[in-house]
Amino acid sequence: MQHGKYRFIIGFLVAPMTLYVVFVIWPFIQSIYYSFTDWTGLSPDFKMVGFDNYTKMLDDDIFWKSLQHSVLLAVLLPLVTLGLALFFAFMLNVGGRRTKGAAVSGVRGSGFYKIAYFFPQVLSIAIVAILFQFAFDPAQGMINGTLKAVGFDDVPDWLGDPKLALWVIMAVLVWCTTGFFVVLFSAGMASIPKDFYEAALLDGASRITTFFRITLPLLWDTVQSGWVYMGILALGAEGFAIVHIMSVGPGGPDYSTTVLPLYVYQSAFRDGQAGYATTIGVALLIVTLAFAAIVMRVGRRERLEF
Amino acid sequence: MGSTSAQNNEGLGRRDLIKRSAALGLIAVPTMSFLSACASGDSGTDDKVEKGEKSEKNPLAVNGSAPLEIVIFDGGFGTKYAEDARDVYKKTYPEAQVKFSATQKIQSVLQPRFNGGTPPDLIDNSGAQQMDMGVLVGKKQLTDLTPLLDAPSIDDPAKTVRDTLRPGIVEMGQFDGDPVWIMYYAYTVYGVWYSQTALDKLDATYPETWDEMLALCAKAKKQGIAGWTYPGKHPYYIPFSLYPFIGKIGGVEVLNAIDNLEPKAWEHPAVKAAFEAYYELFAKGYILKGTPGLDHRGSQGAWARGKALFIPNGSWVENEEAAIIPKDFKLSVGAPSSLDSSDKLPFGTIWASGGEPFIVPAKAKNPAGGMEQLRIMLSEASSKSFTSNTKSLSAFNGGTDGITLSDGLQSGVAALEKAGTNVVNPRLQDWYVKLQKEQIGVAALGEMMAGRATPAETIKKIQAFADAAAKDQSIKHFRHQ
Repeated sequence: MQHGKYRFIIGFLVAPMTLYVVFVIWPFIQSIYYSFTDWTGLSPDFKMVGFDNYTKMLDDDIFWKSLQHSVLLAVLLPLVTLGLALFFAFMLNVGGRRTKGAAVSGVRGSGFYKIAYFFPQVLSIAIVAILFQFAFDPAQGMINGTLKAVGFDDVPDWLGDPKLALWVIMAVLVWCTTGFFVVLFSAGMASIPKDFYEAALLDGASRITTFFRITLPLLWDTVQSGWVYMGILALGAEGFAIVHIMSVGPGGPDYSTTVLPLYVYQSAFRDGQAGYATTIGVALLIVTLAFAAIVMRVGRRERLEF
Repeated sequence: MGSTSAQNNEGLGRRDLIKRSAALGLIAVPTMSFLSACASGDSGTDDKVEKGEKSEKNPLAVNGSAPLEIVIFDGGFGTKYAEDARDVYKKTYPEAQVKFSATQKIQSVLQPRFNGGTPPDLIDNSGAQQMDMGVLVGKKQLTDLTPLLDAPSIDDPAKTVRDTLRPGIVEMGQFDGDPVWIMYYAYTVYGVWYSQTALDKLDATYPETWDEMLALCAKAKKQGIAGWTYPGKHPYYIPFSLYPFIGKIGGVEVLNAIDNLEPKAWEHPAVKAAFEAYYELFAKGYILKGTPGLDHRGSQGAWARGKALFIPNGSWVENEEAAIIPKDFKLSVGAPSSLDSSDKLPFGTIWASGGEPFIVPAKAKNPAGGMEQLRIMLSEASSKSFTSNTKSLSAFNGGTDGITLSDGLQSGVAALEKAGTNVVNPRLQDWYVKLQKEQIGVAALGEMMAGRATPAETIKKIQAFADAAAKDQSIKHFRHQ
């Protein structure tokens, strides 16, 4: 039966590989090619310019600022989001008061919370951005309204303040992504055998100990893929959408919220410099790949079988 | 195999080498053309429709049976005016198939078609997704509209279309010499917009000098009303009243030098004086609190509800906020107040210029049809339809008789009359979009008006941005003719 095995395998792989090459690999190659041209994006004639776009990019302050913000998002967002999600998921599944009959259970009302946490995930990112834009409106927004009602007179400008704007953006991103990971981690925790907890509790382990000694190690694979996924979200589409819709300018005030994908978008579609935009896109690709590689590398652990 | 090339399999022969490199070349060449053909498209075919017969009624020689495609920006002005004009075209050329579409996403819809060489025949290239005009002109993607301008107008065959336009419209469509690439259809009056009713309540008239302006703001502040607000999220609205203010103080040459990206253009004393005057609004607390975080609708809303007296804006604000501007608001526009008696231009100097840029692409199949549609739009009847539908003036000089003008429009017409020839037309916003909006607007003026940068720092920053733009060879540069 050995004979013809490879033909059989190849037969199965041809279709998906072709799709992958045409729709994923090929655009990558193309954009790398365009990054060496002066293509405007508005006309079919352009010429090769060698490394001009790359030297321009390295001299571009705004590029460095965008890179800095993108990297900050990619580092901080997964940390905060996954941390919160792990905490919530633990509370929902294991953190409850001990009841008769079950070794571990979630806090009271955990069924309701699970659904409530998932709600932001149902809303489109654009709607989330617009809703929060209203909430953070300095004059009539809900947040400043609440602050004023409890007696703060000197309310902040939020998105209008370069010191706060990026943090506001991050808070919104955390709000709309945490729920998904709560559900993901809940599913992961449900598959951890209850006997482990029982044994640990019999030995007198506290909740914190059970979390760090049992839950987290057994959930590590899920956390790691969540980490990569969240980082890519922060570097890519979600980060772009929130900044583009919510921030001053967008990207402001005074470049305090600009991120790489926004800069790609502005160069390509506002400034008519598609060649330069693809150059920044290539830089973004490198950052994303580096991020995924680092997370995979750092997070590598022995897999536990259970 | 070839006995002369690789004898006794001694390795790679010369002929083999040539053969193989030729084969490689055969693979490589189509790959390259495939590579370049993909996203950027080819140049398209250049097949235009046949010309029709030129006649008195049809000076542009439109082929009455050729199809016509129009794409309109569906924004603050709506599409009704364009549909009305399209119906006239259909009536004039009943055999023509007219495809009409409206979108807010001009660039997403049309950029691929420009790249593919199959653009529509007439486009209203407007809105947030406007395609960069400098690039379109620089890459020769547009049709010269001179034949349209020299054609007789619909209403009076003795006059050419050119003669029926408002001042500045033709010049705005020129980029580098005589050809006119763009037909700006709307005519926008920029300035300081306010409610006459709100001023009446303060026993005030529109302040003609800056000292009066400050005094009025102080008076308003005592009653808990802010003097000014502006769209803090889009601080490039500030120039709508600031640029004519600079022009008024230092003369048109200062604005032209700024547009031409001349070195030290921003270091002119007139710029400094104007910036310092505006900065004083912040320093004295006359700007509505929270303004730096408000978008255009937010700031306009606060202003319409009487929380602030003045807002730098354009004449579209009347239509945009029609739903919330109260009936007794008496919307009016003011020209920049005089700074002092040494101002170069008199009070009344105002910024007015074309909006809604219509273009006929170079590769349009039916460019004569596109221009004919513009000629129809520039008739008195179409212009009236535009004005009554949008509460805005059109590029057609006149067209306001016999229709009731709204408050804002009426005050705009009055302001233009008062200005006479003192109409300034700064071009940064159409020539260098990034410089105007992101750099001067958000990064410099936005920071200054929020009190985070002094006028001197702001001028230095803007001059650096302008110098960088002047040096950047990847953007096309323009000059006032």
